[in-house]
Amino acid sequence: MAELTKKSIGGFLAKQGILVAFLVFMVVFAIANPRFIDIDNISGVIRSSAILGVMALGVTFVVIGGNLDLSVGSMMSFSTIVVLDLHDKIGPALAIPGMFAMTLCLGAFIGFLVGYLKLNSLIVTLGMLSAIHGLTLTYSGGQNMDIADKQNTWFDFFGQGSMLGIPVPILIFALLAAGLSLVLSKTPFGRKVYAVGGNGTAATFSGIPRARVVFMTYILSSFCVATAGLIQASRSLGSQNTVGQGLELEVLAAVILGGASLLGGSGTVFKTVIGVLILGFIQNGLLLMGLAFYAQYVVTWVIIILAVWLDIAAKRGRLWSPIA
Amino acid sequence: MANFKRKDLVKQGAIWAFIVAELIFFSIAGEFLSVSEKAFMDFDNMLLLLKQSAPIGIIAVGMTIIMVNGNIDLSVGATFALAAIVLLDSMTWPFMQAMGNWAIPLAWLFALATGVILGAINGLIVWKTGVDAFIVTLGSMLGYRGLVFIYNGEQPTSHLNWTLVDFAEAQFLGLHTATWFLLGVVLLCWLLMTRTVHGRNAYAIGNNREAAVNAGIRVGPHFLWNFMLIGFLAALSAVVFYSESGSVNPNDGMLYELWAITAVVLGGTKLSGGYGSIISTLGGVIAIQLLRKGLGHIGADTETVNLVIGLILIAVLFLDRQLNRKGKEELRT
Repeated sequence: MAELTKKSIGGFLAKQGILVAFLVFMVVFAIANPRFIDIDNISGVIRSSAILGVMALGVTFVVIGGNLDLSVGSMMSFSTIVVLDLHDKIGPALAIPGMFAMTLCLGAFIGFLVGYLKLNSLIVTLGMLSAIHGLTLTYSGGQNMDIADKQNTWFDFFGQGSMLGIPVPILIFALLAAGLSLVLSKTPFGRKVYAVGGNGTAATFSGIPRARVVFMTYILSSFCVATAGLIQASRSLGSQNTVGQGLELEVLAAVILGGASLLGGSGTVFKTVIGVLILGFIQNGLLLMGLAFYAQYVVTWVIIILAVWLDIAAKRGRLWSPIA
Repeated sequence: MANFKRKDLVKQGAIWAFIVAELIFFSIAGEFLSVSEKAFMDFDNMLLLLKQSAPIGIIAVGMTIIMVNGNIDLSVGATFALAAIVLLDSMTWPFMQAMGNWAIPLAWLFALATGVILGAINGLIVWKTGVDAFIVTLGSMLGYRGLVFIYNGEQPTSHLNWTLVDFAEAQFLGLHTATWFLLGVVLLCWLLMTRTVHGRNAYAIGNNREAAVNAGIRVGPHFLWNFMLIGFLAALSAVVFYSESGSVNPNDGMLYELWAITAVVLGGTKLSGGYGSIISTLGGVIAIQLLRKGLGHIGADTETVNLVIGLILIAVLFLDRQLNRKGKEELRT
């Protein structure tokens, strides 16, 4: 009986470990510095995590489908630059759908390569990282992009505005997370994504259109990237060409931290949100404790390794790997 | 069997054929489009190209070995930066300054040791925890970069030692110091991979890890050695590059892992492991550098280089798969 309890506690920790870790972190930081649980501080952290978070939502679908997306960072730069450029040329009301259309085209191209041509997603998105970066630079001519008249535009609503007292970026992040969570857990499409990522061959034999499902995950990812680009552009009303550089790996770190396996077939939107929030709050908590800003990188490293290690250790039933 | 060999030859030759095609294209296009008077195939230009290939090239050689193993290393860029900082900063330590020029080999040693240690950390984690190398090195990419920033904040670390600069700018038999390092690394690693037990084991593990374990190969220590080797090579690349430039920014080396992987994949190494060649990787490195220089030569914006390389990478992947699938179908009939 005692062993059963031990097992079930272990099982619970393995399943909800990331949530437990999150709560432990929050408590420790709150004790260390009461300002940490100040409502302004919390809302500030979530707001600055929103861009990363929105991108991570889309990548969650791609990863559950058994693929990777390393191109989201440079794609976000692209959509930010494009929407800022179009804003002055055709006005914000047309610029936003225009930018979404262009970003979705890029997503469709990647989805076509990975889904229908069945090319390795790591290399394809690596290539697209470079290609989209080049595209952005060619589009902008290497110049920074700024909105001419920053005072008289309603475009800053998405990044700086607030509704019902809640900052709009948080609202977008929350709504998108809720919507995509429903899509993933309650719709046939969501089940298909799990099936394709869990066992692609079996999925094909059960009549699931594998290529189309993978294609759709990339479309979804590029939609999220476009949303993130919109928030970024609206928040700063001007941007460098490299605004999203390096974000692809932070996004992936958040998704992995949330417990999605890179092999596909596991992970949830909720866990990814927790992963994003952990990254955000650790960064904030360490700063409040007076540690150097960059210490968060080292801490993130340790946490990612520990999270994934404990996850697979629980699955195989032993701590150390069986590699000879 | 003969068929198999011919296919191999086609694959190994493909990257060199691509380089020749690039040379011809840029030479001809340069005649009409170039703004400079000099021909593209200028001898000095080619020597410079080899020298500029060295930093990525040395890392890419290590990446080939890691990828033949079926692993990947995303932390090389950060390792490169940290080794560079140790190299330059250690020469300003009081006891090192007291040693005069003898401080140089010692500083090199410190930098190379840094690389080996960082590589060993990756290798140990991959071995002992069984976490996929992609995740381990993704994490350490962030962690090592954090160490770089903690070391000296966002300030550049600078130290110019003229003896060192002279050494780095020297030319021996017409080739730059960096080129000699690149060629030396390529030769030694080629020997390692084709003429030693370690190399044969690397291919065996990448091909079929289960079978390799059953054949009595100790996979864990093997991984550890290879990660130490790529850490060493990333540090060596930093040593070669920063001996000349004498100043390192904390953001240096970012995206080097992606360039190195691109070069390795262009050279035909399989991501799944078990197949790849050091010499072809050298071809991949040269092809990328040639493309950069060539596009600049014919007056294209430097920005288009990223676009072209990305699309070529995808095209190579597509062609490679078509080639392989064809081979498999032939096998079946």
